[in-house]
Amino acid sequence: MPDLGPLWLTLHLALVTTAILLVLGTPISWWLATTTSRLKPAVEAVTALPLVLPPTVLGFYLLVILSPTSFLGGLWVDVTGDALTFSFSGLVVASIFYSLPFMVQPLQSAFETVGRGPMEAAASLRASPLDAFLNVAVPLSARGFLTAAVLTFAHTIGEFGVVLMVGGNIPGRTRVISIAIYEHVETLRYAEAHVLSAGLVAFSFCVLLLIYTFNRRFPVHVG
Amino acid sequence: MSAELLSLRVQLSFPGFDLDVAEELRLDGVTALFGPSGGGKSTLLQTIAGFETPRAGRIALGGEIWFDSEARVNVPAHRRPVGFMFQDARLFGHLGVAGNLAFADKRSRTRAAGFNRGDVIAALDLRPLLDRSIGSLSGGERQRVALARTLLTRPKLLLLDEPLSALDLERKADILPYLEDLPKRFGIPTIYVSHALEEVVRLADRVLVLADGRPQAYGPAAAIVERLDLQPITGRFDAGALVEARVTGQDERLALTHLDLDGETLKMPMVGHLKPGDTIRLRIRARDVALATRRPEGISIRNVLPGAVDDITPEPDTAFAEVYVALRTTRFRARLTRAAVEDLGLTKGTPVFALIKSVTFDRRLI
Repeated sequence: MPDLGPLWLTLHLALVTTAILLVLGTPISWWLATTTSRLKPAVEAVTALPLVLPPTVLGFYLLVILSPTSFLGGLWVDVTGDALTFSFSGLVVASIFYSLPFMVQPLQSAFETVGRGPMEAAASLRASPLDAFLNVAVPLSARGFLTAAVLTFAHTIGEFGVVLMVGGNIPGRTRVISIAIYEHVETLRYAEAHVLSAGLVAFSFCVLLLIYTFNRRFPVHVG
Repeated sequence: MSAELLSLRVQLSFPGFDLDVAEELRLDGVTALFGPSGGGKSTLLQTIAGFETPRAGRIALGGEIWFDSEARVNVPAHRRPVGFMFQDARLFGHLGVAGNLAFADKRSRTRAAGFNRGDVIAALDLRPLLDRSIGSLSGGERQRVALARTLLTRPKLLLLDEPLSALDLERKADILPYLEDLPKRFGIPTIYVSHALEEVVRLADRVLVLADGRPQAYGPAAAIVERLDLQPITGRFDAGALVEARVTGQDERLALTHLDLDGETLKMPMVGHLKPGDTIRLRIRARDVALATRRPEGISIRNVLPGAVDDITPEPDTAFAEVYVALRTTRFRARLTRAAVEDLGLTKGTPVFALIKSVTFDRRLI
């Protein structure tokens, strides 16, 4: 029986990343969906960068920025006593950047679909902008939230290059499933590689099946 | 109820469109914003609600300033005490009918108003719809729910943006009585946007005519409808006059309603829900009025009213002339040929009998 540690670590990382990105991505997406600012294309381009950059590029810069000798990395060491590179916290930070577009783009599109109409209606019913956002825009965008969370989660599970650059391969700390599989293959331990790979395929399929089934039953709102 | 003034000074520009309005609207009863599509009616309404921000100007209700470009005041839409009903209802699909009503009710429950949720539901006959989802409602039902939702914000001013324009004729006829009933039942001053003269005639006390982003006329509905110089704007409709008449009785056998107009009796096809003493508004189209210099006999037209010619306006280049006929206090119009005016020797002051076809008084939508 192969060591299942990397599987749990991977799930833990994907869950934490998705949760943090829901909090960070929602305001960014809302701003992008509603702004008339000239900065919008620039911000859109920045949030889409992780889609086009090779993970090694992203990983390289993150490694530089997060290393204990940099300002940010040094500050983290001073505050927490732990380095951001080659640690679980570092992996979370890297995953947040790596998966950002998978949270922002579906949400932005969902918010754009909601549009001005329901928000004006909410304002005419004396709802403050925050009230209208929480009680009208968010529920009307429920499918968008679901899609964004699933894509972010799945994308984080599959990451390899960034993790390797920033986290390395430390069992129990940074050795996620994709890296464990890579190492098994490198060392010609195909049996273990098979178990982990097949497990990941089965797990991913089950998660997606569950969510698409749920999504299909989700009521479509026509206002 | 004392009438408050809505003071409007609004300058607003979109590419290819300028809105420039400076008016004081007296707010009691229903004020119609009337004019052709694209004339700026809805934009003005949205500006009053706070959805559009003028480039310059001032908007104030009584002493409450909602917008003032000089004093840099701009009260956000959700803090203005107005209720806005949208053309497309804009009900929230994730909430049911009851949920939509609760959304409004919850946020305005503490405001003073002479009515509560139950009154509004009763007034709009919504009890059977409360458990329904928004997707299952017909167009007319949606507008009723939207109207109720708007009323539950307990507004000081009700803004209705073409609430009937998305509905077919039959649905319109379903909703109109509810709208007509509003001022009496809830006493909230209303601004009603419409490009349909028939709606304006039925609902409005005063009319602000808006075309090309500018006010063209403002005054009592009856006077505006009568004005010839506005016909390029109102012209798609038949010229006519608005008169008020009092119900004196119902003739069940012949299915007629008897009315008193300036001391004369008018008969029209029965309108069931009227009671003696009710005042109703009638539109008499100029082309439905004929004139005679002697009281005619043996004629099918039932309504013959004695009056006098008040004014004659020949229409150049056509065969026709508009003749104004005065009763004691009201006047209406007849469209005759210029030849008839000459043959009968009509001049100002000539006593005449106006012959009005009963069908003219049909109050359903045309």
